[in-house]
Amino acid sequence: MGIKINDQSFKKNLKKNLNDDFMRAAMVKAQDLINKNRANVLSQLGDGNYQEWQKLSGEVRAHAIENLDFYLNQFAENVVKNGGNVFFAKDAKEASQYITNLAIEKGVKKVVKAKSMVTEEIGINHDLIDAGVDVKETDLAEYILQLDDWNPPSHMVVPSLHLNKTQIRDVFAKNGYSGKDIPEDLAAFARAQLRNEFVTADMGIYGCNFAIAESGAITLISNEGNIDLCTSAPELQVAVMGMERILATYEDADICISLLARNAVGAKNTSYTTFVNGITEEGAADGAKEFHVVIVDNGRSKVLKSQFKEVLQCMRCAACLNICPIYRQVGGHSYNSIYSGPLGVVLTPLLAGYDDFEELPYMCSLCGACTEVCPSNIKLHSLIHEHKRVLAEDKKASTFWGAGMTGAGMVFSRPWMYKLGTGVAPLMTKPFMVDGKIKRGVSVLKGWTDKRDMPALEKVRFRDWYTSRSKGGNK
Amino acid sequence: MKVTLFTTCIVDFMAMNVGKATVELLEGLGHEIDYPTNQTCCGQPMYNTGYVEKTKGTIKHFIETFEHAEVIVSPSGSCVSFVKEYPHILADDKVWKERAEKVASKTYELSQFLIDVININEISAKLPGKAVYHSNCHTARFLKVKEQPLQLLSKVEGLELVDFHNSDKCCGFGGTFSVKMGDISAEVADEKARYIQEANPDYLIGADFACLMNIGGRLSRIGSNIKVMHIAEVLNSK
Repeated sequence: MGIKINDQSFKKNLKKNLNDDFMRAAMVKAQDLINKNRANVLSQLGDGNYQEWQKLSGEVRAHAIENLDFYLNQFAENVVKNGGNVFFAKDAKEASQYITNLAIEKGVKKVVKAKSMVTEEIGINHDLIDAGVDVKETDLAEYILQLDDWNPPSHMVVPSLHLNKTQIRDVFAKNGYSGKDIPEDLAAFARAQLRNEFVTADMGIYGCNFAIAESGAITLISNEGNIDLCTSAPELQVAVMGMERILATYEDADICISLLARNAVGAKNTSYTTFVNGITEEGAADGAKEFHVVIVDNGRSKVLKSQFKEVLQCMRCAACLNICPIYRQVGGHSYNSIYSGPLGVVLTPLLAGYDDFEELPYMCSLCGACTEVCPSNIKLHSLIHEHKRVLAEDKKASTFWGAGMTGAGMVFSRPWMYKLGTGVAPLMTKPFMVDGKIKRGVSVLKGWTDKRDMPALEKVRFRDWYTSRSKGGNK
Repeated sequence: MKVTLFTTCIVDFMAMNVGKATVELLEGLGHEIDYPTNQTCCGQPMYNTGYVEKTKGTIKHFIETFEHAEVIVSPSGSCVSFVKEYPHILADDKVWKERAEKVASKTYELSQFLIDVININEISAKLPGKAVYHSNCHTARFLKVKEQPLQLLSKVEGLELVDFHNSDKCCGFGGTFSVKMGDISAEVADEKARYIQEANPDYLIGADFACLMNIGGRLSRIGSNIKVMHIAEVLNSK
């Protein structure tokens, strides 16, 4: 599995998710809770002026992206100085092959892997399994999803948000659990299973929240501590990062880390913030004896040269998912991509093309809430609109809407056509009327009228009233 | 002051009362109304669907129709926020960009005009009952008009304004989004309608008819008695 998570049509997938009452209730509950906590911790940040912090972190991220070549080279040089190896992968296949070959070459039998979006993107799990390597996801939510036949994540920060405790109990029951659906018991079961995996693994794979150019450090931010077991127990370790995850300095990281957990889960900080600095000294009790960093392009350099460059500033906090009114209703799987919500709408078509994701840019009401919260100061709604423009104008994706909008453009720029059109429109909508309202629309109106009434078009338009009034008529 | 009215296409053919209330309200405050009868739409539906080039004709028509005005006032924050985008959309044509800037700089949403431009302190409106105010995304977020409608509503005699859960969140309208993704839009509107019902108001008030039509459409379908009113109608209530 790479970016695309299933082969169902967009509409079929959407319908299934809209009918999943549990998942939808979970989304609403999670959004409300996270946003309440988020507002609380942001109000306590410095002088409480979030906009200033947002501007600052946006500048820090934009600076790194503007000078990506320089900082990537500086970072890579420092990783090598720290005893590590760096591999620049041009696409998902190269990245996955490098890691798989490394595992084969070193005789790796078992990999413990910490949650990371970019490893989902390159589809490393299945390549390793195909090569005969046992892979264990160690993040609790990812572990659940792995046991659930590699059910795809539905959220960037809370991957198994779409499952409830009973469903999780059922998943565990298939794997030897005999207890009840009590969260503490379920977590204890997973912990007992995973502890043994950590100490017997030959290789650790993890992602990278930020890569610090000035030191060559990989910054990892987590709550469960499982990443820290991946960075300490196995002697062979691989960090995988999208090439945009660079920050110039620790000072820059300070700003971004201050905003990441606050925006992601509404907490001041996470339990663990770890800096991995290459191999450990000879004789050290833990840490990597061999360390690799795989820097993944996979379409990012193309984005860097495009009008969508700003999206590379994203620090994957998922604040945009947590605020989006559409994500709230449809859940992460409806986007058919590992990247969901507003960020997914922008990023997925850039990395994976429009062919499979043509519908995504329309999963947006352009309400602008995502832009308002984004700690990387990305104008997400404007980038979503730019996708719509590219689809409409450059790709000419929908002749139906294109024809409709050509017509609207003609009518709205010619007053005589507008006056004529709005004059006869009430007659044309008459067949859809019930009790003075439009209740059974067809075609484009169907989605509206399935659950909502639409007012009848006025028989007397405002302009008619005004004109007759100014002539001394009806007041 | 001579106020040039941009009533919006949707008010013109779907909500005549909103336009009528806007006229009566402004006249009642002593202003002279100028209504250019060649006006049509601001162009937002085409633009937001992605058809930028096809929108330019409509935008230019708007500019030609309204550039004579001293001040342009509209009962729709969303449309006004789009007019503010005109200079950006016409950026590659110096002459049109400048004309767009002039028009954009003198265009105001109704409550913004009443508070920020003519600084009214009193409103002689009266409407007994409990109300919730739905904050339109483009009005509040893009135009930054959040407090003005609330200030005005607080001056209405007999009106008690209460908050409701997620009152500042999108109602799911989003122009053509509401028909292109009609089923998702309906779910967002349904949730909005539920939270409004929980507050048990007599009135739902908004400063943008499109959102009111969307939420009101759901309220109507579920048989709610909550009366949906545009702020112009409320401020014009006697």
